[in-house]
Amino acid sequence: MQLQVMNSPFNQEQTELLNRLLPTLTETQSLWLSGYLAAVQSSSSQAAPAVEELPAVASGSAISKEMTILFGSQTGNAQSLAKKAGKTLEGHGFQVTVSSMSDFKPNNLKKVKNLLIVVSTHGEGDPPDNALTFHEFVHGRRAPKLEDLRFSVLALGDSSYEFFCQTGKDFDKRLEELGGTRIAPRVDCDLDFDEPAAEWVESVLAELNEGQSSVNSSGTAPAAQAPAAESVYSRSNPFRAEVLESINLNGRGSNKETRHLELSLEGSGLTYQPGDSLGVYPENDPELVDLLLEEMNWDPDEEIKVKDEVVTLKEALHSHFEITVLTKPLVEKAAKLSGNEDLLQLVSQSDQLKAYIDGRDLIDLVRDFKPWNGTAQDFVSILRKMPARLYSISSSLEANPEEVHLTIGAVRYDAHGRERKGVCSILCAERLQPGDTLPVFIQHNENFKLPGNPDTSIIMIGPGTGVAPFRSFMQEREETGAEGKSWMFFGDQHFVTDFLYQTEWQKWLKDGVLTKMDVAFSRDGDEKVYVQHRMQENSKELFQWLEEGASVYICGDEKHMAHDVHNTLIDIIEKEGGLNRDEAAAYLAEMQQNKRYQRDVY
Amino acid sequence: MVNPKLKAPDGPPSDVEGIKDRSNYLRGTLAEVMQDRISAGIPDDDNRLMKHHGSYLQDDRDLRNERQKQKLEPAYQFMLRLRLPGGVATPEQWLVVDDLADKYGNGTLKLTTRQTFQMHGILKWNMKKTIQEIHATMLDTIAACGDVNRNVMCISNPDISEIHSEVYELAKMLSDDLLPRTRAYHEIWLDEEKVAGSPEVEEVEPMYGALYLPRKFKIGIAVPPSNDIDVFSQDLGFISIVENGRLVGFNVAIGGGMGFSHGDKETYPQLSKVIGFVTPDKIYDVAEKVITIQRDYGNRSARKNARFKYTVDRLGLETVKEELENRLGWSLDEARPFHFDSNGDRYGWVKGVRGKWHFTMFIEGGRVADFDGYRFKTALREIAKVHKGDFRLTANQNLIIGNVATGDKKKIEALIHQYGLTDGSRYSALRRGSMACVALPTCGLAMAEAERYLPVLIDKIEEIVDEAGLRNEEITIRMTGCPNGCARHALGEIGFIGKAVGKYNMYLGAAFDGSRLSKMYRENIGEEDILNELRVILPQYARERLDGEHFGDFVVRAGIIEATTDGTNFHD
Repeated sequence: MQLQVMNSPFNQEQTELLNRLLPTLTETQSLWLSGYLAAVQSSSSQAAPAVEELPAVASGSAISKEMTILFGSQTGNAQSLAKKAGKTLEGHGFQVTVSSMSDFKPNNLKKVKNLLIVVSTHGEGDPPDNALTFHEFVHGRRAPKLEDLRFSVLALGDSSYEFFCQTGKDFDKRLEELGGTRIAPRVDCDLDFDEPAAEWVESVLAELNEGQSSVNSSGTAPAAQAPAAESVYSRSNPFRAEVLESINLNGRGSNKETRHLELSLEGSGLTYQPGDSLGVYPENDPELVDLLLEEMNWDPDEEIKVKDEVVTLKEALHSHFEITVLTKPLVEKAAKLSGNEDLLQLVSQSDQLKAYIDGRDLIDLVRDFKPWNGTAQDFVSILRKMPARLYSISSSLEANPEEVHLTIGAVRYDAHGRERKGVCSILCAERLQPGDTLPVFIQHNENFKLPGNPDTSIIMIGPGTGVAPFRSFMQEREETGAEGKSWMFFGDQHFVTDFLYQTEWQKWLKDGVLTKMDVAFSRDGDEKVYVQHRMQENSKELFQWLEEGASVYICGDEKHMAHDVHNTLIDIIEKEGGLNRDEAAAYLAEMQQNKRYQRDVY
Repeated sequence: MVNPKLKAPDGPPSDVEGIKDRSNYLRGTLAEVMQDRISAGIPDDDNRLMKHHGSYLQDDRDLRNERQKQKLEPAYQFMLRLRLPGGVATPEQWLVVDDLADKYGNGTLKLTTRQTFQMHGILKWNMKKTIQEIHATMLDTIAACGDVNRNVMCISNPDISEIHSEVYELAKMLSDDLLPRTRAYHEIWLDEEKVAGSPEVEEVEPMYGALYLPRKFKIGIAVPPSNDIDVFSQDLGFISIVENGRLVGFNVAIGGGMGFSHGDKETYPQLSKVIGFVTPDKIYDVAEKVITIQRDYGNRSARKNARFKYTVDRLGLETVKEELENRLGWSLDEARPFHFDSNGDRYGWVKGVRGKWHFTMFIEGGRVADFDGYRFKTALREIAKVHKGDFRLTANQNLIIGNVATGDKKKIEALIHQYGLTDGSRYSALRRGSMACVALPTCGLAMAEAERYLPVLIDKIEEIVDEAGLRNEEITIRMTGCPNGCARHALGEIGFIGKAVGKYNMYLGAAFDGSRLSKMYRENIGEEDILNELRVILPQYARERLDGEHFGDFVVRAGIIEATTDGTNFHD
């Protein structure tokens, strides 16, 4: 095709030059040129991550310096790892696009040459919210052939769940089925993901550099750095925040205990936005540690190496390692360590092992498979590092400068003949006193944010401790004088004892900061009533709000609540919008795509 | 010709008058606010109206501070008081109320000093169901509180069972016929259709008018020699005159009432005064006309001075009597002689007419509940299941299992023994003569404990009583948490009125038959001082009393306290 002024963006002079040059190029030269132009284009539009602008890379044997990194993240870990990996690759001269899976147009997938996926797994092996659509697309019939794709997957998960890192595994397997080639093998990260994630990036880089045909040989690669404005405190260097206040929000006679914690961030430089979470490193229950020491006949004062540190065994078990959860890898390692035949038998039977670890802890394990070989050091070495707990922040920094508030449900239950206690929640409920400190860090969550426009209406659905981020939202909107309407749905067991932050909600309603509130208390009447019933009762008005552009937020229990609320939203859209089921689901999916439907569920 | 003295006090109407005025005959926004799920409470204005429906909002004051810290609103709950003329309930009704207390209330019943049931701890969303179930058993809660005629009392003493049914029927008639006529109660609680349009005032409340009364109004019927209902404490009292075993009519007494405010001498308890005699067929007319006088001339500006007693004292007894006779169009006869000997109950089994038996049991503080080792509420439920007569709630917070046929007596007795119910004989006479209002934790007015504390205090006074050899000497002792007088404190021979937690004003000198008010003996004292005072006075009474002399008369004669000869010198 001859280029003309009319059919191209070039002027007369340019078209003449191009028309002279192009026919003379060999195939390789053409390819090279297209790649070169694309790379220049990409680097000059760094600031705009809009995916439509994703460069189409020329096919050919040359290794492209383009890299697309897609993340699927619920709590923000996958997102921050994806960004970190992006920085590292950029430092090695790659043109990197980092994007949420939900922002990525699936049709662009076949144009991508190099793809890194960083994705977490939730509940029963489910993808995070912002990965749902992409996951479905890749696994569906419309998924394109991807013979030219080179990829690698970093999977995040928690090995105490049965479907550990399942979503990452899904992508890894499927991309291969579609014809893609692995740059580096998938890495599955447990809760302590920092190290394996860094190793994964290293191995990806090594593979890419090896196969590279040098176009722009990269300069020296600076390691990814945190932006200068950020606090020195982080996940790997938590800040010890002082407890200012600890209140049980549940009235006398409640079946529940929900702790309201107020922590001081003074001097930390830590900042957060409504919707962010706070990571907390807890300590184990001293009684449980003593029980374990006693059971194993260990010397509490024995010196134990933990990484580069030497601490007493008691201290190691108290604050460095997880002792309240059994995982498959842990039991497998323990079986190897002990050589106990029953235990070896158990780990060889996947179903039985799964049943065994459910609801049991280390004390059960050491009791059930006595005696144990090896030293305390050997044993401790197979334990998982104490993972941080993430809690949705229930305060606004605007309203409470240098403070952060949490809303923590105390977890207590009986299992296998013993009372079990949530490590962090019971620490907060029973042992933590004002004046004590907790190691914390901020976990930003870009997927749960107030609308950018303060006039946008918001619908908040947060029963139980799911109320937390909405208290933060309300404080923020009150403090900033946002004009947008707001509607809160809250629920719990009993009105009298379990209406969390009741007087604050009443005040916001009275002052007009909160436009409307509906509550459902499941155990007050003969029939169990939940938030979704209140939504149904208000379906007409709720749909009206959606049509007027309201954003919907859900926070809280994933398994039952979030699922039921999701279906209720579809019901309402179907009924009030006069749509069929698929159209209603698409309506909601589009809201999700446009960040008008956000969830923080656990 | 209108007496120029007849006028209501000047001054702007009180808040409550405005609320009633705007309420559209006691409706207000009650129907809406009862639906609101964000608070278990209701706004103050609606709560004022709520009283006329037999209920008001309270909260568990024991939890108030704690809940505030927990970011929870006060533990709001409703008290619901039934209208039960003369305190008579059928066994079926007893079972319903007993069940409602468990289902929606706090699992207990309070038998009140006005002979009715009070339930506490009902949550807002259970109110309608509770009232509907009460309605289904042919009872209601209309006008059990509020600025209207309250539950009409009548003697429950079984000694006079031959005329009990006669005066009871009159009490019931008065209670029914003096009810407000507004349909608000039926619309709000019973889901009856709204009355169309806005009817004329006269059509809605021909007697009360749109503003109802300036304050509550109380009527009681006594039959001498028992003054169990404290007839002189009522706004309007009828004293039965029985001649030759036949009820011939009533002496009419007007202007009694117990409540006052600490430190305000313009307020005082007062006893009613007898103004004449009427025959039984006239008592509705008398009641209606007395009520309309109070309606027209009561104080609507200052609620503290709005009771009928102040109207009578301000206008003068003679003026009020004259106006009453004007309105009646006829004159009252001269009052007939009568004699009261006690305002207490007669405990134990009594045989009445037609071979029917009555068992009066002692209920401390009027509280029907299951206690550790004493399943009292259960016992009464079991009795109600087999009982064929009636239950009578007495004005002293006790209970009579009434009209037991001779053939059924054994069955009831067996249950009484099985559950260890008592006619009070195992207690001191002092305890049997005790009475306490609810006070803390639910009553919003209480300044100190009453029902929860009086039994403990009596434990300690009993030591003094026993030592003085007065265990079987009947002395009335009454305690209230505030000066409003729900336990008729100013008619207790020993009276305590709460001032602050653990502190009481101590009163002495009331008459055993309810014919003389007490007077303050010590102000603002705690338990130790109370006991120290009684350690002196009670043994002195034991030593120096005259034959048959009651404690209240003794302390006056001995000069320990000056007699209150009229409410107006109560504070002197």
